[in-house]
Amino acid sequence: MDLSLNDEQRMLAEAADGFLTQHYTSAQRETSIASGFDRNLWQRFAELGWLGMIVPAEHGGLGLGAVETGIVCEAMGRALVIEPYVEMAVIAPSLIMRLGTPEQKQIWLPQIAEGALRVTVAIAEPASGSVLDQIAAAAGRTTAGWRLSGCKSLVFGAVEADLVLIVARSERLLRVFAVPLPDDRVRITPWQTVDLRRSAVLDLDNLLLAGHALLGEDADARPAVEAALDAGLVAMAWEAAGCMDVLLKQTIDYTTTRQQFGRPLAANQVLRHRMVQMKLQLEMTRAAALHAAMADPEDHVARGRAASGAKAKAGEAAKFVAEQAVQLHGGNGVTDELEIGAYYKRLMALRLLYGGPEHHLLRHARLSEVLGAERRLYA
Amino acid sequence: MKHLLSPEDLSFQKEVQDFIDENLTDEIRRGVRLTTSSFNEKEVFGPWQAALHRRGWVAPAWPKEYGGPGWTPVQRYIFEMECGLAGAPLLIPMGLNMVGPVIIRFGTPEQRAFYLPRILSGEDYWCQGYSEPGAGSDLARLGTRAVRDGDHYVVSGSKIWTSHAHHANRMFCLVRTADTPKPQDGISFLLLDMASPGITIRPIHTLGGDHEVNQVFLDGVRVPVANRIGEENRGWTCAKYLLEFERGGGFRGPRLRRQLEDLRALIAREGIDLQGGTGIGIATRLSALDIEIDALITMQLKVLTDVQAGRNPGPGSSLVKLCVSSIRQAITSLAVDALGEKALSWEPHRPLYDLEDIHKSVPVDVLAAMPAYLDARASTLTGGTAEIQHDIIARLVLGLP
Repeated sequence: MDLSLNDEQRMLAEAADGFLTQHYTSAQRETSIASGFDRNLWQRFAELGWLGMIVPAEHGGLGLGAVETGIVCEAMGRALVIEPYVEMAVIAPSLIMRLGTPEQKQIWLPQIAEGALRVTVAIAEPASGSVLDQIAAAAGRTTAGWRLSGCKSLVFGAVEADLVLIVARSERLLRVFAVPLPDDRVRITPWQTVDLRRSAVLDLDNLLLAGHALLGEDADARPAVEAALDAGLVAMAWEAAGCMDVLLKQTIDYTTTRQQFGRPLAANQVLRHRMVQMKLQLEMTRAAALHAAMADPEDHVARGRAASGAKAKAGEAAKFVAEQAVQLHGGNGVTDELEIGAYYKRLMALRLLYGGPEHHLLRHARLSEVLGAERRLYA
Repeated sequence: MKHLLSPEDLSFQKEVQDFIDENLTDEIRRGVRLTTSSFNEKEVFGPWQAALHRRGWVAPAWPKEYGGPGWTPVQRYIFEMECGLAGAPLLIPMGLNMVGPVIIRFGTPEQRAFYLPRILSGEDYWCQGYSEPGAGSDLARLGTRAVRDGDHYVVSGSKIWTSHAHHANRMFCLVRTADTPKPQDGISFLLLDMASPGITIRPIHTLGGDHEVNQVFLDGVRVPVANRIGEENRGWTCAKYLLEFERGGGFRGPRLRRQLEDLRALIAREGIDLQGGTGIGIATRLSALDIEIDALITMQLKVLTDVQAGRNPGPGSSLVKLCVSSIRQAITSLAVDALGEKALSWEPHRPLYDLEDIHKSVPVDVLAAMPAYLDARASTLTGGTAEIQHDIIARLVLGLP
């Protein structure tokens, strides 16, 4: 048994932090914000293997797991990466791996890994967010295939994507459709989110699709959608830890440097204890994220429960740590001139996207019932 | 967790489970569940300690040459996990986890030969003479004096919050043997026989109605110099070493998980619906605690595997005590809130496991909730308050002034 990072994982962590510190400068971040997506940088991610992290080796990826993905995401959190890594390198390939036909996997996965094909996901809707039970976008059968109608929101990287995986309801089941973009029949309205990422609303108005647009076989995609989303939740918990790590370091720097009443702010016990609380929340998030990353991805109940647990913990910790970072930075904390504001906003996005703490606590509670007493003991 | 264990680990786990099945009776489990204070009484832990001793498993943390089982850190974890999950009693730590390691580290060969076997067998029952009415968090200011008189020290003063002093036949004790500019430099570590003349014990009842702690008065108690551990005036070193063990607290995550599952079972027996109304709030609080327990267990396992691999364990080890005490308090607090008005019924008799259900509307398990909640407030005070822990973490982990 070993929960420590192995040598390869430690090298990956160093490489990720090293690369992003060097290349994801504030100038790079400005470039990425302006365009929403830097293709050159994305290509570098591909060369580093990050886009094929979870893609099996037979399809040109590294075939690694959630811990390695988490390591990269934590580094991205520290660097405040704008590009939609979780959607394009975690959730989308995970959906294709779980649902895709052999042909679809054969064609798409290698291209994703090498950065040649950008695939994003359309899950959330304006009315119900990411609550899968309430997805209203509807797919009906036609003689030649499918007819898709509805409205999807928070589709990250939609403008840059070559393909979007749209989750829709049909015959009481969930199905996923792969739609190449751009497509004149899909209206894309770009929409920035609070963390300065570029998302979009997709309007689908009786979009006619061929039969092969369906991702995988004609069966309920709900378990696969949940599992792919769970992979994303775990990655986001790691990313949140990266953001919190920076906020705490900056807060420690500030309170040990800034002098008031003739001594550093950190000489005040009330502030020191607050920072210990921030550290505690950060380490609890890290541990919950590691716990979820180690869960067996094929054990949907236990893994889903752990993923929701990590997301809920990360969401609560994120808000606490960010608010306290602002508070301890005093007046400067509430300006938009410091980096801490950018981390705060990213953390709010990580807290709310794909379900906030309340949503995930309820899901955790539901899955706890399903798991049963005996399995809960060893979960 | 299970998928991380090697085949050898799994067969060891089975061995531990078999041992538990054989020796952990329902009566012992009930005694643990209905203990509302921090420590179980001897009638609860006694048979369990005896069975562990027969098997050579009573002191997992001790080196093999002094009677430890010689387990790897992972085996220790598996043992504590299985015992915790099964609801086995926590053995009284004052001998096994506090003075035992100090005697192993700082004792003379004679002291080791005399005291260690008696700790393992349970023949000696130890209590801890640290805090005083005038020295709590600022322990180094303690004023209990030991004055040299030939081959003896004459000890006078008073100790407080002394758990199970009324059961103990021995006390390890910090005393002042010199007045030095730095108060830490004048402290010695003595072992007292509780039958010595001059010792009186005043019971102190806790908020939960339990008699667990005491004030101990020492009035000219004669202690042989041979009962000193380490050098005179060097007792602070022993004191700090012991506190590390006390604060480390072992692997409490699985035990907390058992307590949470016991609460789930109680909630089900009491017919509280978690799916609707206020029950939804209870269900999410249960989940929030489960998540924290998962995180705690993961944190401790990470520390364990880092140490095993010879790496710096990082900040986890310092944070564990704070996590354990806050989760413990939150579980007991949730129990009271979940039971609502039922938790208001108060039964003064202790221990509660003496009692059968008096009326089916208020089972003894329900009666235990409020005292357990009230007594659990002590978990952020014992072994150094949570505020002292915050100070330590701020300095050692965050590098703050």
